[in-house]
Amino acid sequence: MSILVFIETENKAIKKNAQEAITYARAVADMTDTTVTALIIGSLEGGEASKAGQYGADKVLHVEDAQLEHHNSMAYASAVAAAAQIESSKVVILAKSGLADAVAARAAAKLKAGIVSGVTALPQIDGSSFSVQRSIFTGKAFSQTQINSETKILVINKNTIETQTSEKQATVEPFAPSVPETDFKAKVIDTEKATGDILLTDADIIVSGGRGMKGPEHWQALLDLASALGAATGCSKPVSDLDWRPHHEHIGQTGIKVAPNLYIACGISGAIQHLAGVNGSKCIVVINKDPEAPFFKAADYGIVGDVFEVLPKLTEAAKNRH
Amino acid sequence: MQDKDSLRNNISDQKKPMKILVCITNVPDTTAKITLNADQTAVNKTGLPHIIGPYDDYALARGVELRDQLSGHLTVLHVGLADAEPQIRKALAIGADQAIRVNMDPEDSYITATQIAHIAAQNQYDLILMGRESLDYNSGVVHGLVGEMLGTPSYSPVMKLEIDGNMATITREIEGGKEILTCELPLVLGCQEPIAEWKIPNMRGIMSARSKPLEVVEPVADQALSQPVGYSLPAPKGACKMIPLDDVASLINLLQTEAKVL
Ligand SMILES: Cc1cc2nc3c(=O)[nH]c(=O)nc-3n(C[C@H](O)[C@H](O)[C@H](O)COP(=O)(O)OP(=O)(O)OC[C@H]3O[C@@H](n4cnc5c(N)ncnc54)[C@H](O)[C@@H]3O)c2cc1C
Ligand SMILES: Nc1ncnc2c1ncn2[C@@H]1O[C@H](COP(=O)(O)O)[C@@H](O)[C@H]1O
Repeated sequence: MSILVFIETENKAIKKNAQEAITYARAVADMTDTTVTALIIGSLEGGEASKAGQYGADKVLHVEDAQLEHHNSMAYASAVAAAAQIESSKVVILAKSGLADAVAARAAAKLKAGIVSGVTALPQIDGSSFSVQRSIFTGKAFSQTQINSETKILVINKNTIETQTSEKQATVEPFAPSVPETDFKAKVIDTEKATGDILLTDADIIVSGGRGMKGPEHWQALLDLASALGAATGCSKPVSDLDWRPHHEHIGQTGIKVAPNLYIACGISGAIQHLAGVNGSKCIVVINKDPEAPFFKAADYGIVGDVFEVLPKLTEAAKNRH
Repeated sequence: MQDKDSLRNNISDQKKPMKILVCITNVPDTTAKITLNADQTAVNKTGLPHIIGPYDDYALARGVELRDQLSGHLTVLHVGLADAEPQIRKALAIGADQAIRVNMDPEDSYITATQIAHIAAQNQYDLILMGRESLDYNSGVVHGLVGEMLGTPSYSPVMKLEIDGNMATITREIEGGKEILTCELPLVLGCQEPIAEWKIPNMRGIMSARSKPLEVVEPVADQALSQPVGYSLPAPKGACKMIPLDDVASLINLLQTEAKVL
């Protein structure tokens, strides 16, 4: 009856968003008086697997298989379904990401499980009734969704729960699910991945630029602030459309949805489609020379001024902070 | 010179017309403000302008290009009620050859996928294009569900798609970068920009859309596995604190001590 949580890895470690998912799974397990099993696919640094215990897992099923090192949503879904069956899991938790949605979807079809993606709170469990809040219309509203199937799959948004840590170590068991050959039909011929950058979806702080940054040659001022804060960088849609910045930095309703603790918008007007991608942020700072820019209505702190004047000063202050 | 029969065989071997399905949603305009009814049991739909989901629009645009390039046939599919018909007609005006509407109000991704998979299994499409995610539920799961139901690979979000014979070359976004892969058809793909430019219907398209077939079919019997039971809106944002231009540095301090995010 264990709660199953699917763990993504990054650079041979448990990915940050997965830490939250484990804590969420722990909370659901405590509500339903059961245990948490974490499924980890991919090789890790020594001792890393048992660290899932720190966030609340009791047991880890660890899949180490050369064929599965590369992210493959079909094969991973087969592994999730196999793990859910072995553990008799009625609830499966994943942290929202492109990979997680695909894995969750394919696993849901295998397990005939109701799937809710974009979960923003712990479930309400009352006898046999199970419902959960999710974000809809890109954060413009929420719905409470009741899941009626025996097995339930929840894909949770970032910042849904505060990660809890303890000294606990999880027991680690090797796991070798049978994965059908048909899950490997595609052939990957090239991968381009920015290395060393902080992933947008994982970032606690994001510094983001819009058309007000005037051109790619002016981005250094923004990069300097990002580096002083240890932040990831993002941009508005026109900026990536114009190729000032790479496409994977595009934030908004039709781009990446982010939910950092701190989002600093530099020269972005705050169009509703941009706001839809950032409304999960805890704190929003807006720098814009136009006091009427709509972004100020969605901001916690605002500076009316020229980005090229404000950014160096902020960077300086950020470097000197205690 | 080849005789007529072998020529015909050759043509049918090489040019089996590609069958493409594009699944579209009918969603509130991206600029629309969402409001709820008095007892918070429903989203107010009246007066809310609707559009084809922006990601579905990318799927449709690439679908039309591939149909033209490969002399194929393109069907658009929507699972939903009759109020979506203006959007379905628009898809026909943009270039789809035919449309199917499954007449039901789908309560969740599972039942939506069940209906799509049923139509797909009947018609054996080579390529099923969807949006990366719908703009109402933003789940990004219907393509994976349909792929699994059909036993077909599914990939998302796809930024570039080329078809050569029976092989697709796909560039898709992964976190922090992209990946290029090749895979045999049939395939289910979730699309996003820059896969193609959004297309605007022209006058000829609008005229011809009126006479293109829009078939309404009843759903296959199955049940949704989940359903919404209530709605709420985000708490209104408090006032924005303005930092004077001559004291920009104080912001860092406030972020540390007041907002506690640094
Ligand atoms: C279907 C659809 C989907 C969309 N999806 C997205 C999306 O996902 N993400 C997204 O971002 N957009 C999206 N858009 C586009 C969106 O509507 C806006 O056009 C876009 O967000 C504007 O980008 P921007 O703020 O960078 O540029 P602009 O609107 O041009 O704003 C630039 C801002 O910079 C300020 N500025 C200029 N110079 C300076 C300076 N020196 N110092 C300080 N401030 C300065 C200006 O006052 C202005 O407010 C979408 C649009 C549609 C129709
Ligand atoms: N009711 C529907 N009718 C047709 N296609 C749909 C429907 N709902 C979702 N889709 C397709 O599935 C994609 C992903 O939707 P979602 O999983 O809801 O984010 C959409 O972009 C559409 O292409």
